[in-house]
Amino acid sequence: MASAPLLTTSAALDLARPLPLDGGQSLAGVRIAYETYGELAADGGNAILICHATTGDQHVASPHRITGKPGWWARMVGPGKPIDTNRFFVICPNVLGSCMGSTGPASPGPDGRPYGMRFPVITIRDMARAHVALLEALGVERLYAVVGGSMGGMQALSLAANWPHIPERVLALACTASMPAQNIAFQEVGRQAIIADPDWQGGDYYNTGRSPDAGLAVARMAAHITYLSEATLAEKFGRRLQNRDAISFGFGADFQVESYLRYQGSSFTGRFDANSYLYITRAMSYFDLAEERFGPGAHGQGRLAEAFAGTSARFCFVSFDTDWLYPTAESRKLAHALNAAGAPVSFMELAAPFGHDSFLLDVPALDRVIAGFLSR
Amino acid sequence: MNRVSVALRPDLAVIAAHVARAARVLDVGCGDGTLMAALRDERACDARGLELDAHNAGLCVEKGLSVIQGDADTDLALYPDDSFDYAILSQTLQTTKRPDLVLAELLRIGRRAFVSFPNFAHWRVRMSLLVGGHMPVTRLLPVAWYETPNIHHLTIADFRDLVRAKGLVVEQAWFLKGDALIGPALANLRAEHAVFLLSRG
Repeated sequence: MASAPLLTTSAALDLARPLPLDGGQSLAGVRIAYETYGELAADGGNAILICHATTGDQHVASPHRITGKPGWWARMVGPGKPIDTNRFFVICPNVLGSCMGSTGPASPGPDGRPYGMRFPVITIRDMARAHVALLEALGVERLYAVVGGSMGGMQALSLAANWPHIPERVLALACTASMPAQNIAFQEVGRQAIIADPDWQGGDYYNTGRSPDAGLAVARMAAHITYLSEATLAEKFGRRLQNRDAISFGFGADFQVESYLRYQGSSFTGRFDANSYLYITRAMSYFDLAEERFGPGAHGQGRLAEAFAGTSARFCFVSFDTDWLYPTAESRKLAHALNAAGAPVSFMELAAPFGHDSFLLDVPALDRVIAGFLSR
Repeated sequence: MNRVSVALRPDLAVIAAHVARAARVLDVGCGDGTLMAALRDERACDARGLELDAHNAGLCVEKGLSVIQGDADTDLALYPDDSFDYAILSQTLQTTKRPDLVLAELLRIGRRAFVSFPNFAHWRVRMSLLVGGHMPVTRLLPVAWYETPNIHHLTIADFRDLVRAKGLVVEQAWFLKGDALIGPALANLRAEHAVFLLSRG
């Protein structure tokens, strides 16, 4: 089968109207960077919105514009892939608050200077609100599916709960309906590492020649551990030493796992803005689907299901047995809440060795589930 | 009996033929979703599944079905009262840790329940024990005792006792020998397999 050139559009949209935010403010001059793949069908019925994870971007299946690496889900999205761009019109926006082209704390504020800490604190629903504005501008009134893993799954859930008429299918991977305390805790470590870096300078480090790279690298190192499984670390590194025959009795990177983490940390600083990391992780820690809809203290299965009243979408949730960051219990709880409310929902825990990152990696069973869920 | 898809296993065909049209159905231990797909496509039912095996759950999703991966012994508690017209448990009762509790859950969740199981009092099984002195390995019980998933073997008579003790009502029963339905006479001796339609007392 002949396939269209993969990348159709890489663009940015300037929202015509200020974007209202959950924090009560309204953000003017919002720009949303996005990519699209494939063609929108005449009846508009083949659009799939893909939402990226914490430090992801719009380059879902095209080379990253800074690192040149393949798109973060190139194995899943493309001609003949499980999310088949021969069939579907795929839209992947960069989230509000990020630093890959969409408006975030590094973007110029009304006075022309970068926002820094003047950028309003945003929520997952604010990200979804920006996606909806983008869809409107693109003339996409309904989605065949909204798809996301991790924080991307949160956006998918928020979009389905708050704009129930838009998605016909919701696919959330390695996800949760409310951020668990353990995840809030890990992210707080990351944020405090950034804030404790003297080069952070209260967030006004832009154009000073100094930036909190050390703090951001530590944040990334801590987060990176949570994305992997113990088995992955043991297999990949074990206690093997890095380019040496014996321990050094010092604090260099004696172990391969240390060297690997340092590399992950330092390479991250070349592609990500520290303040964006603060704002995006804050949005995640605030995420609670039931509270988002019904206010503080709204909890329990009933409220969770009620959050999706008004949607006729089909849902599919997938967790991974080695994911200790967003464990199976979270997805199962969500699935049963929806099921109890009569919504068509599927849930499964797949076996995969890679921990939380499994949704991004080679898990053939996931390919089959995604292709199958989207097939009809 | 109504004609149904010949592709269905005989006990599933019996169930599919007797589920009311457009009913809400929970298939507990739904496997690859064959029965749910038949109920959806041929009876316009809203069918949901609970399945232990992730691979099977994936096969259900591929058929466009809604399935939740989970364990009948623990996860039925998560379903609300009266949420289905029928709960179906086919060839699964004898694999559960507490068949009595599972049965009670089925009729809490569903207003009616279909339960099918292999009959451990079929004459071949009896002969295997009586003459051979061995746990039976038959067409419907093909796995040796040490690796069979069937941890609570039961007979048709045992099941009737449990139904009575639970205060449930047998609305209808079907007995199968090979792939064919047989009459109720001496069913506990002649039937390899039984299907019961139960309701609350």
